[in-house]
Amino acid sequence: MSKIDEILSRYREGSHESLIPILQDVQEAEGYLSENAIVHIGSFLRMSTTKIFGLATFYDRFRFFPGGRVHIRICNGTSCFINGSAPVIAAVRETLGIEPGQTTRDGRFSYELTTCMGGCNEGPVLFCGDNYKTRVHPEDVPDMLAKLKSLSDLQ
Amino acid sequence: MQFTIEVNNRSIKAEKGETILSALNRNGIMIPTLCRMAEFTPTGACRMCVVEVEGRDRLITACSAPVEEWMKIKTHSPRVIRARKTIVELLLSNHPDDCLYCDRNLDCELQRLSDEMQVRERRIRGSKIKPRRDQSSPAIVRELSKCILCGRCIRVCEEVVTATSIDFIGRGRYTHVGPAMDRDFNFSSCIHCGQCVLVCPTGALHEKHYLSEVQEQLSKNDVIRVIQYSPLVPYALANEMGVKYTRDFDRILNATLRKTGFDKVFLSGAGTDILITELADAIIGSETTAGRKPLIVSACPAWVKYCEQFTPELLPLLSTLKPPQQISGSIIKSVVPVSDDRPRVYTVSVTPCTAMKFEARRDSMTRKGISDIDTVLTVRELARLIILYGIDMTNIDPEPADEPMELRSSAALLAEVAGGIAESVLRTIAVRAGGKEADRVAVKKLRSTGIFRETSVTAGGVTCSVAVVDGLKGLEKLKQMLDAGTHFDLVEVMACPGGCVNGGGMIPAGSKEAVRQRTRFIWQTDEQEAVRGPEQSSTVAGLYGNVFDQCPELADKKLFHTHFSKRDVLL
Amino acid sequence: MKENRANDIREFLVREVLLHGSDTLPAATAKRLAEIRRDKPGVPVIYVASGSAALIAGSRRSAAAAELYLNEMGIRGLVVSTGCHGPAAFEPLVSVHLPGKNKLIFRNITEEKIEPMLNGVFHNDMPAEDLVAQAGSSGFEAWHDIPFIEELPFFRLQKRVVLGNCGWYDPGSISEYIARGGYRAFLKTIRNYTHEEVCDIVEKSGLRGRSGGGFVTGLKWKYALNSSSDNRYLICNAKESDPGSYADRSVLEGDPHRLIEGICIASYAIGASNAVIYLKTGSPHPLARLRQALETARDYGIIGHNILSSGFNLDIVIMEEAGAFVCGEETALIGSLEGKRGMPELKPPYPTTSGLFGKPTVINNVETLMNVPLIMSHGPEWFRSIGTAGSKGTKLFSLGGRGRYTGLIEVEMGTTFKTIVDGIADGIRDGKAFKALQIGGPSGTFITEENLDLQVDYELLREKGIAMGSGGLIIIDETTCMVDFVRYYMEFIHKESCGKCIPCREGTGRMLEILENIIRKPNPEDSNATLERFKGVMQLETIASVMKDTSLCGLGQTAPNPFISAMTGFREEFEEHIFDRRCRSNVCRGLRTFSIDVDKCTGCTVCAAKCPVNAIYGTRLQPFFIVEDKCIGCGICFDVCKFSAVTVK
Ligand SMILES: Cc1cc2nc3c(=O)[nH]c(=O)nc-3n(C[C@H](O)[C@H](O)[C@H](O)COP(=O)(O)O)c2cc1C
Ligand code: SF4
Ligand code: SF4
Ligand code: SF4
Ligand code: SF4
Ligand code: SF4
Ligand code: SF4
Ligand code: SF4
Ligand code: SF4
Ligand code: FES
Ligand code: FES
Ligand code: FES
Repeated sequence: MSKIDEILSRYREGSHESLIPILQDVQEAEGYLSENAIVHIGSFLRMSTTKIFGLATFYDRFRFFPGGRVHIRICNGTSCFINGSAPVIAAVRETLGIEPGQTTRDGRFSYELTTCMGGCNEGPVLFCGDNYKTRVHPEDVPDMLAKLKSLSDLQ
Repeated sequence: MQFTIEVNNRSIKAEKGETILSALNRNGIMIPTLCRMAEFTPTGACRMCVVEVEGRDRLITACSAPVEEWMKIKTHSPRVIRARKTIVELLLSNHPDDCLYCDRNLDCELQRLSDEMQVRERRIRGSKIKPRRDQSSPAIVRELSKCILCGRCIRVCEEVVTATSIDFIGRGRYTHVGPAMDRDFNFSSCIHCGQCVLVCPTGALHEKHYLSEVQEQLSKNDVIRVIQYSPLVPYALANEMGVKYTRDFDRILNATLRKTGFDKVFLSGAGTDILITELADAIIGSETTAGRKPLIVSACPAWVKYCEQFTPELLPLLSTLKPPQQISGSIIKSVVPVSDDRPRVYTVSVTPCTAMKFEARRDSMTRKGISDIDTVLTVRELARLIILYGIDMTNIDPEPADEPMELRSSAALLAEVAGGIAESVLRTIAVRAGGKEADRVAVKKLRSTGIFRETSVTAGGVTCSVAVVDGLKGLEKLKQMLDAGTHFDLVEVMACPGGCVNGGGMIPAGSKEAVRQRTRFIWQTDEQEAVRGPEQSSTVAGLYGNVFDQCPELADKKLFHTHFSKRDVLL
Repeated sequence: MKENRANDIREFLVREVLLHGSDTLPAATAKRLAEIRRDKPGVPVIYVASGSAALIAGSRRSAAAAELYLNEMGIRGLVVSTGCHGPAAFEPLVSVHLPGKNKLIFRNITEEKIEPMLNGVFHNDMPAEDLVAQAGSSGFEAWHDIPFIEELPFFRLQKRVVLGNCGWYDPGSISEYIARGGYRAFLKTIRNYTHEEVCDIVEKSGLRGRSGGGFVTGLKWKYALNSSSDNRYLICNAKESDPGSYADRSVLEGDPHRLIEGICIASYAIGASNAVIYLKTGSPHPLARLRQALETARDYGIIGHNILSSGFNLDIVIMEEAGAFVCGEETALIGSLEGKRGMPELKPPYPTTSGLFGKPTVINNVETLMNVPLIMSHGPEWFRSIGTAGSKGTKLFSLGGRGRYTGLIEVEMGTTFKTIVDGIADGIRDGKAFKALQIGGPSGTFITEENLDLQVDYELLREKGIAMGSGGLIIIDETTCMVDFVRYYMEFIHKESCGKCIPCREGTGRMLEILENIIRKPNPEDSNATLERFKGVMQLETIASVMKDTSLCGLGQTAPNPFISAMTGFREEFEEHIFDRRCRSNVCRGLRTFSIDVDKCTGCTVCAAKCPVNAIYGTRLQPFFIVEDKCIGCGICFDVCKFSAVTVK
């Protein structure tokens, strides 16, 4: 049984209200929503793929191509903003040359902006792998990314 | 229950349960709207229809808010007008200044609104989202930059057409309307019915134009230029051109088309008459076969594509007969004589339908790679062609169409309304089988307003039960009945609610009532015309008795048939 | 073995405590509960905070280090994780409870500080700089010269009712929650009151929705209860849309069972047998906590079919939202639960008559529901005694920004904002000057210095045109540029606008562009620029007022608030940007010109190496210079130069 079938088996056929949880599970398992997955889900829920795609593009969390091997989440919450997250985000954007939600061409990096992660006092907060990095300064960003890059090479 | 409310310091009568907008409209006060569609639940998306209600902090939308007894409403206060105007200006700030080049120039709701609001200056500036223009579909063009995201097309496609081929994609200002996976239209499940085009308030959706192609051919000396038009076209064209329709108009159109440069003018209705005859024959012929399956009419190309995509299990039941325009097209390409200096025939077909633009391109409609119909125009396009060629239709002598397809029966006209083909076939069967007119009362059951209609007619020992699916929403019912084992001999399915009178190439009707009016006109004409069925038509007699026999390509009538197969698209 | 014990405890708690008929428990039961609560521990207990803030600061590693320490030293003791105490600046917060003594609370105990700290505690040589306070009551030996936690301004000025449990027990343990009196209010409710009575009690208490609007909760419940239907739903809105707030998730992490109890009572009150917790996406810790809490509650029979033989059924599920601010709005939230794009719909009909799947639905905020068990156990009179004439109870805030102490706080209604800023937050960090207090996030307003005397009170704030918001409270100092801050909110809202209605979809985009234009780098070619900027600002006010007047949902209606409020309070900052092209806070990249002072520059090359766009040139040990055209004004050179040779204008 494919991963997607396994996920679908946990839900009721034709239940439109399961759509978002199913998409979340599939994305969790596969890293993104492939066309194949969307078609599959559509026939299971008896829903038009047009609707599924339309819905998925509404929500920030869904992506339609694989993310980077290193995925970074940067807090763009208010406290972190006040404490200087904008230059940090700019530094990440400039160093990686991609926008939030995109993946670098070599498939190494992707990043997203989040709102408050609960570490306001330590902002700007950045989450990557299993680690939080706190009080990040823009000038540290290039080194940090270089380190992550060599780490991802090791994997 | 009635009560009075105060509007602009005067009292007006309102009905309990109606919206503010309906109360105002009934009392002669107009409020601009953009996202509203008659007969749909309001979504409140555009906010154009706002009015001021005393005691409310914010303006409220007249299209959705119910009237209440205590209400004191201001419909055109400075605050309201400023809000509406700003909303239009906000839209325009993200809109291309393309009116002069736009398909909907002078016929655009946004343009009209900005004129009504007296927008005379670009006060709000900013960057524009310039999404792509998708010309990939043979029938429908999407110009996303002109889309104001009113969502009307999406609702029609889902709630009326049931194809659900388009939806909003993305969020916020980057939202756009498109098919699954944001593909181009030609890869989508769109069935080209054009119902979305009819409701789009701007030039964001329109039929694909082939006028320049026609112009080019008209200027060539080495082709024979042939045009055929559907039975409904003269009536629709008169409306579009603002001319009062009389029976003479059909023949004025013939003359007009010749003046435009066409060598031959044929009536697609002759093709319809053949279709009706063949369908009747098929039903009578199969009368003795046990366990008959219903024959499903395949005259509506949008329905055919729908069937290929969504209900492939019904494909074996589809009649393999080509639709009228293609039947006449194959006759044209077979019988119109060519010469050495004019070796090629170029055919144009004018229809109320956008899907036929797609149909003419199907593989099975071509011979050796050349299609029987080269170009399909909608009524709107034809009007433009005539205007472009500067022909004054009010000052022209009528002329007949060309042989061998110079006449049509009124049954062919009837085929332009949903149920019309079924009705015509029943009439023909009755005449063929019993020599008498069909039972009028039984036949008229097909004229009710339901989305699914059925009747059964017995004549001369032949009983024929038919069903009509008027708009694809009725398909569900058909499937249920077929699954339950209900027997039908003939099933007609029309994609556009009401039939071709409400086709995607027509002038938007705007309401069910307006479609009904067109339908009633056709019924009346049917009563008045002399030739009421193919069996009475001299054209049909000539074709069967003469033309087909003499033309080797047509003799076995194989050319009138086509085939269908399951279509793989993202549903 | 272990399982048996767990079953044992469950049996005991359900039978002897929850199902016990009267309010007073037999002494033996009470004694056993005290043991579960570890009221008088026989061994040292080390409590390590485990809320998100603590985890981000590294508390998981601290806990591991503490375990290791006990093992290595051969000390018999316990390491227990707790919920959130509130002061984020203290994370990781670790407390140590030695038998017979008061609890000691330490701040910033990262893993490497565990060993010295515990050494200090066990050898009575306290690391003074890390020690915050002691906590305890009679029966314990107090420590000398150590303040009590209640005496610290951060706690003294708060009134912790909703947060009463937070930080004091292990949120992963349902038995501790029950031992602290939990779930008894729920049991009392379903045994003693009808649906109407519960609604009445809550209405009488004066509880109002904590999401900002302040709608009377009991009344909302009655609307739903009185809508005839075979089925009703309760939705707990834990969407926490405000990008600067973490209050809802903090409390549900710190005391998940109280939220569940609140949901249980509310569901009973409206006759719902299904409840949904709609949780913000990307909140792994709160999600894990809630899942675990629901599982144990189900195991205890507190939710499920025929709850503790009462005949009441309730199923609670968690739905993780998928990332759209607007889904905090009721109709959009419901749409997304039904598997649709989260676009708000017209009201009426209101969810209380036709909500989820067309059934009557009540949507309540986390904080609102957290109050409910307290009201049911202490009675409406008790709740009415807290707060002001019009606003009862307390209010949670996620205090953030530039205060010295920030974090999760709870104040009594009627507390002034001055108390919060000067008292609880203890002023501004790094000795900077206060500028404004932002309340209500991207749909909120600014409270200026002269308005700080305002009280936390729905009516008083509304009179001033200020909305309470759902919990975000951000302290801003002189290092924040108001124009840039307003732009930040507008950018956020613009990104989050659902796009359904024109004023919000197009208006947010235009407002953002005009604001961006104000702070963009001046173009020397364009002599009209000032006029254009000015015209833009003229339009801003029109667009803002039309958006407020006509937008379909709360998002668009309130989106212009930060701008309007900043224009009232800080007009001169806007004018400086527009006319003088100056940013007094030196924030706006485009308006800053950096240059290198040749006299001070030592040619150390550091700045050139760090400049992201290679705008700095020079020869080693010679003064460097900045190429103005290439410079994007990021300010990194300014920050990294050790010789203060980079100047900014
Ligand atoms: C754009 C928008 C965002 C909202 N976000 C939240 C939110 O994050 N959390 C919340 O509890 N309520 C939010 N609300 C309010 C809810 O729609 C709803 O009114 C609230 O949950 C009712 O709870 P209460 O009565 O307990 O206050 C939001 C409203 C709007 C218009
Ligand atoms: S859609 Fe309307 S407003 Fe837009 S360019 Fe065309 S005619 Fe003009
Ligand atoms: S309407 Fe005005 S702008 Fe348009 S073509 Fe005529 S003169 Fe030119
Ligand atoms: S043409 Fe018909 S099927 Fe295609 S998008 Fe429009 S309404 Fe839908
Ligand atoms: S394409 Fe036309 S009908 Fe569809 S949303 Fe855009 S403007 Fe409206
Ligand atoms: S009903 Fe008529 S106009 Fe509509 S798609 Fe079918 S054939 Fe074309
Ligand atoms: S106000 Fe904004 S978020 Fe709300 S419906 Fe309109 S576009 Fe969507
Ligand atoms: S401000 Fe930034 S971009 Fe400009 S010179 Fe300094 S480091 Fe380079
Ligand atoms: S860091 Fe400072 S001292 Fe060093 S080269 Fe740059 S400006 Fe000069
Ligand atoms: S704002 Fe970034 S963690 Fe709270
Ligand atoms: S017509 Fe009323 S909101 Fe669009
Ligand atoms: S998470 Fe530890 S006190 Fe808030």
